[in-house]
Amino acid sequence: MKKVYLDNAATTPVSESVIKEITDKLSNYYGNASTLYEIGRSSKSILEDVRIKLANSINAKENEIIFTSGGTESDNSAIIKTAETRQNYGKHIITTKIEHEAVLKPMKYLENHGYEVSYLDVDSNGNISIEDLKNNLREDTILVSIMMGNNEVGVQNPIHEIGELLKDHQAYFHTDAVQAYGLKDIDVNRDNIDLLSTSAHKINGPKMTGFLFKRETIKLNSFVLGGDQEQKRRAGTENIPSIAGFGVAVNSLTKDEKEKRITKYNSFREKILTELNNNNIEYEINGPKTEPRLEHILNIWIKGIPTDLLQMNLDLDGVAIAGGSACTAGSLEPSHVLSAMFPTNPNRVNESIRISFGSFTSEDDIDLFIERIVKVYNRLNKNRRD
Amino acid sequence: MKDNSKTRVVVGMSGGVDSSVSAYLLKQQGYDVVGVFMKNWDDTDENGVCTATEDFKDVAHVANEIGIPYYSVNFEKEYWDRVFTYFLDEYKRGRTPNPDVICNTEIKYKAFLEYALDLGADYIAMGHYAKLERDEYGHNHLLRAVDDNKDQTYFLSQLSAKQLDKVIFPIGGMTKPEVRQIAKEAGLYTADKKDSMGICFIGENNFKEFLSNYLPAKPGKMMTFDGEIKGDHTGLMYYTIGQRKGLGIGGDGNDNLPWFVVGKDLSKNILYVGKGYHNEHLYADYLDATGASWINNINRGEEFHCTAKFRYRQKDSGVTVKLNDDNKVTVTFDDPVRSITPGQAVVFYDGDECLGTATIDAAYKNNKQLQYV
Repeated sequence: MKKVYLDNAATTPVSESVIKEITDKLSNYYGNASTLYEIGRSSKSILEDVRIKLANSINAKENEIIFTSGGTESDNSAIIKTAETRQNYGKHIITTKIEHEAVLKPMKYLENHGYEVSYLDVDSNGNISIEDLKNNLREDTILVSIMMGNNEVGVQNPIHEIGELLKDHQAYFHTDAVQAYGLKDIDVNRDNIDLLSTSAHKINGPKMTGFLFKRETIKLNSFVLGGDQEQKRRAGTENIPSIAGFGVAVNSLTKDEKEKRITKYNSFREKILTELNNNNIEYEINGPKTEPRLEHILNIWIKGIPTDLLQMNLDLDGVAIAGGSACTAGSLEPSHVLSAMFPTNPNRVNESIRISFGSFTSEDDIDLFIERIVKVYNRLNKNRRD
Repeated sequence: MKDNSKTRVVVGMSGGVDSSVSAYLLKQQGYDVVGVFMKNWDDTDENGVCTATEDFKDVAHVANEIGIPYYSVNFEKEYWDRVFTYFLDEYKRGRTPNPDVICNTEIKYKAFLEYALDLGADYIAMGHYAKLERDEYGHNHLLRAVDDNKDQTYFLSQLSAKQLDKVIFPIGGMTKPEVRQIAKEAGLYTADKKDSMGICFIGENNFKEFLSNYLPAKPGKMMTFDGEIKGDHTGLMYYTIGQRKGLGIGGDGNDNLPWFVVGKDLSKNILYVGKGYHNEHLYADYLDATGASWINNINRGEEFHCTAKFRYRQKDSGVTVKLNDDNKVTVTFDDPVRSITPGQAVVFYDGDECLGTATIDAAYKNNKQLQYV
């Protein structure tokens, strides 16, 4: 049975060129980048080459890029270290109810340590309101953390407007760009972004690799303590092969390539929705129905079919899609994003799935997915009628 | 070998050795096996960790060893509504319920069965020790397991033939040591895992403490039927008929016979105690039971003789069953039976076949109801 992978928002397969790069660097560049001898210097030069590429990808300066272990660490350091460093300016932080756990958990941590956090509501399309943000902004607000695009429903936040609003305010602006990085045109200067998190494995790169953009004028102490790597901003010996792989992954994300992907993902989305209609599957789209949005994410409420049941059945038919996160004992927890969007509709929260496309996704995958979900849906629907 | 590859069996895997071996054997027989862990109880602690986590990890280990997909399904709501609520209600009535019987009827062989069918199952299986025989008339006969000591037909007695239609018992023909041996030979991760004890949601925790979280304990007097006060009890729900431990009554210097719970009076909140294992108040001639449920609706007449168990792991006693209206039965014993306990299941057998069950309401001696609730 051909496997169909439609969970690219969770992670993506590593591309051939990245594998080649990692394998090469793993074999030939074992030197510690912090040493003065040639073997170390050659590692260091790879590090710095990649840093320039990454900086260019968001219109930043190279000394504004800090390599980290990925999105989670970048979010954690940006939030916790900002709070710590700026507590003399205030202890109030603003974020949204639909952030990733890598943002929400640090917020909870800070709340337990004397900080006050305001969580912006979203409407049923997943949108925050700028007005609401304005109203929550206070003199003692030190940080606003709002994701660029949401990983569950693909809603895209008005980053430019938020940046404008915060331009003359003391609060730092952090955005989790983990999902948006592979598709969107990002410019930290145009949008007045102070801190930005990314991850390599969402763009066909390796796991446990990413960067934190930190505006040059901002001083934050290192979250991970130890050696003086990354100009004392992140301790730990750099993972040269992974970072080099990250560089190759970013290299392939040209403007043309991004546009090509967006066109492809939009056509996949249209095809799926059309076929769901043709097969009389009752559904609603969760999240934005029009641009702007993260084109690779399609979240739908399949009415009457519990998420876990649909997910398991599709897995048994070789299809990987997402449906929320599992608790430590494996069963699904209701999504906090859908709960924020549909607080009075638990059925919708518990009967929704996320399909996410990637550069490897083919037309064939979409056809197989449709064929298999229709089959499963009809069987489950029949069981319900019997 | 028969081609079973098109037959899907969804196995309820608890993370124990019995269900591990069940899944393993079915896979060996070529079935399309899917493992499902049932999460029936939420005991998540302040760190967000629950005991189910470890068990689910064991399921994952074994499923990977066998080479089958595995999932976790949450039945907490169903368990709470259909099993736990009943469990508490019975305690409130001063009875000693048997949640494992109802867990099988309502959760494992109902909610789980329905879920499995939705996963495309042709059959379900678990780690239960019991056997099944399908006769030429299409009746499903539930038979005792080969291992007398592990036979679980007592807990499965409330199932209907219809529920059994979709069931396979892979290990009913084996003894526990044989099951362990298979697990060892196959190198299963759970081969040496300790058997779980007690009721699933309480686990090995302190039962008294657990119950006190849900029901207020009402301490009262402990006395003999002659009115002699022997001390205080901590709440009637903590005691069961025939219990010896935990009374805290010393020998009386006469015969030094141990003391037992021989009765309860819920309305007066009195716990009756009596001396000696063979205390006369502990013996009954017959009982009344409700909610009689038969695996097969076979006409055995208004009154018939068979054997019965009144609690798990008890030897069978000869009984005469009389069917009354409203699924009530009167069960008369060939010989007096000790510590018949309201709330427990009386389970009927014909030789090796389990016929069905009913819930004990009252026990009688010389046509007089024993003061048990």
